Amino acid sequence: MNIKSFYKHYHLMLLPGIVLLIIFQLVPMFGIAIAFQNFKIGLGIWHSPWVGFENFTYMFQLEDSKIIFFNTVFIAVCKIIAHLIIPLTFAILLNEVRFSIFKRWVQTVVYLPHFISWVILAGVVMDLLSLDGIINSTLKMLGFQPIMFLAKNSLFPGIIVSTDIWKEFGFAAIIYLAALTGINPSLYEAAEIDGANRLKQLWYITLPSLVPTVILLATLSIGNILNAGFDQIFNLYNPLVYKSGDIIDTYVYRVGLVQAQYGLATAVGLLKSIIGFILIVISYKIAYKYANYRIF
Amino acid sequence: MVRNKTISAQVAEVVLILVMLVISFMSLAPVVHVFSVSFSDNAAAAGGIVKFWPVGFSLESYRKILGEPHFFNAFFVSIKRVLLGGGINFVLTVMMAYPLSRSSKEFPYRTVYMWFMLFTMLFSGGIIPLYLTIKSLGMFNTIWALVLPGAVPVFNVILLMNFFRNLPKELSEAGYMDGAGPWYMMIKVYLPLSLPAMATVTLFSIVGHWNAFFDGMIFMRSAENYPLQTYIQQLVVSQNALLELDSSKLELLMKVSDKTLNAAKIVVSMVPILIVYPFLQRYFIHGIMLGSVKE
Repeated sequence: MNIKSFYKHYHLMLLPGIVLLIIFQLVPMFGIAIAFQNFKIGLGIWHSPWVGFENFTYMFQLEDSKIIFFNTVFIAVCKIIAHLIIPLTFAILLNEVRFSIFKRWVQTVVYLPHFISWVILAGVVMDLLSLDGIINSTLKMLGFQPIMFLAKNSLFPGIIVSTDIWKEFGFAAIIYLAALTGINPSLYEAAEIDGANRLKQLWYITLPSLVPTVILLATLSIGNILNAGFDQIFNLYNPLVYKSGDIIDTYVYRVGLVQAQYGLATAVGLLKSIIGFILIVISYKIAYKYANYRIF
Repeated sequence: MVRNKTISAQVAEVVLILVMLVISFMSLAPVVHVFSVSFSDNAAAAGGIVKFWPVGFSLESYRKILGEPHFFNAFFVSIKRVLLGGGINFVLTVMMAYPLSRSSKEFPYRTVYMWFMLFTMLFSGGIIPLYLTIKSLGMFNTIWALVLPGAVPVFNVILLMNFFRNLPKELSEAGYMDGAGPWYMMIKVYLPLSLPAMATVTLFSIVGHWNAFFDGMIFMRSAENYPLQTYIQQLVVSQNALLELDSSKLELLMKVSDKTLNAAKIVVSMVPILIVYPFLQRYFIHGIMLGSVKE
């Protein structure tokens, strides 16, 4: 059998995918050049004047930059922390439930929001939080003033983080539930014989067994520090809450595609891509070194 | 032993189940709310008295949907997109995962391909260069702008590749010994063995296509080409759209502000997801674990 004669077939199998990746991933990367140009759509990338780092220096002078950078990191970090703690708590509680049919039913229900788009859920959230929505009508019934939830800068990041955790906590718990089923049952049997009650078992067996998973997920989430969730925020925000809710991705969209300041938007996007890339590589390196995690 | 549980343990059990019920209710509540609004009388819905059950049951909103060609149009664009995009994703995932799952001895170039794919997954030029690329390819207003940029789901390829690599090596050795070529091995041996894994990644790609709105929003310049999520985004959600109105979008927005109708549209757009959900649910736990086990 001549193994080498298979090479061309392997190349052939990869060809269509690689070509598409080149066209839609690699070629656009050359578009990064726009970040160093005063790009005019009529002139195109070949004829637009080069301006060096002007877009970048302009970006650093903008007051907006600091705000969007802070908002992005703030919202993302809150989400990361919430995503570590809440699904973990939920998984541990669910694991304590003894009826397996009930358990499966709960799982089915809480996974559902993960599969519904932010467009739909934003519509629902806006409806719930609107002035005549379910929450405000309850507030009014209790004698409080109605609140314009989605127009308040003090509330907006909290609404973003909590609706996000509402959508994703069930699905994020899967990985913990899997880790929980991986715990050796004889540990619990031994603990029971030694007289440990369920709380003690939870503290001395369950939690320590989950620590490696938590650390691994925490490490991998480093790569998400600049991803505050475009789909969600884009569908929920409005000009009144730009101050607390505008993030890098929404800013790039508005400045680039709405206001057509291509150079500036590309520069902001490029900076994000580079920092994000470095963070992901670092997190993968740490995860590989300490948890032997690798994606291939 | 189970019988003589202490009172406090039993109380704890009951409390736990109650907590779980509350959590489940919270996950379902918004969806139930939209369902209820969509089946309610318009006046009741506008008055905000509909909670988790229809008030003044009415099918009026669904009847109105039937008279909205824009909605159906968007629905079919989405169906087309799911079939075409999901199909392309499926074929490319298999065709890339198989050769990449060969060992470096069998296929020394795999590392080069692997690094290239990883690079494209982790680094991107950003949205503006992609936008200009699609524009210069003349793909605005075509379905290709929605299905081709994401044609290679790199993450799924890696998942399936890992799955293939965990199948016994003897499989391909025996096959090749018996004279089977790579194409035969891929289609007749590896693909059938990986059906659960394939089902998982395909369902994820289908849901992804169904739920995507942003590409439709920036690549489709006229409203009749919008996929469903973009249509709903413009209609129900968008307050920002006011910044960039053109006439076709404005026409869409004129028809807004019918609460039950909007709710009915949201419900209809969720139906396909709710239909595939039981299948999803069966496979995805398995699927998520795929990537985590390595030799």
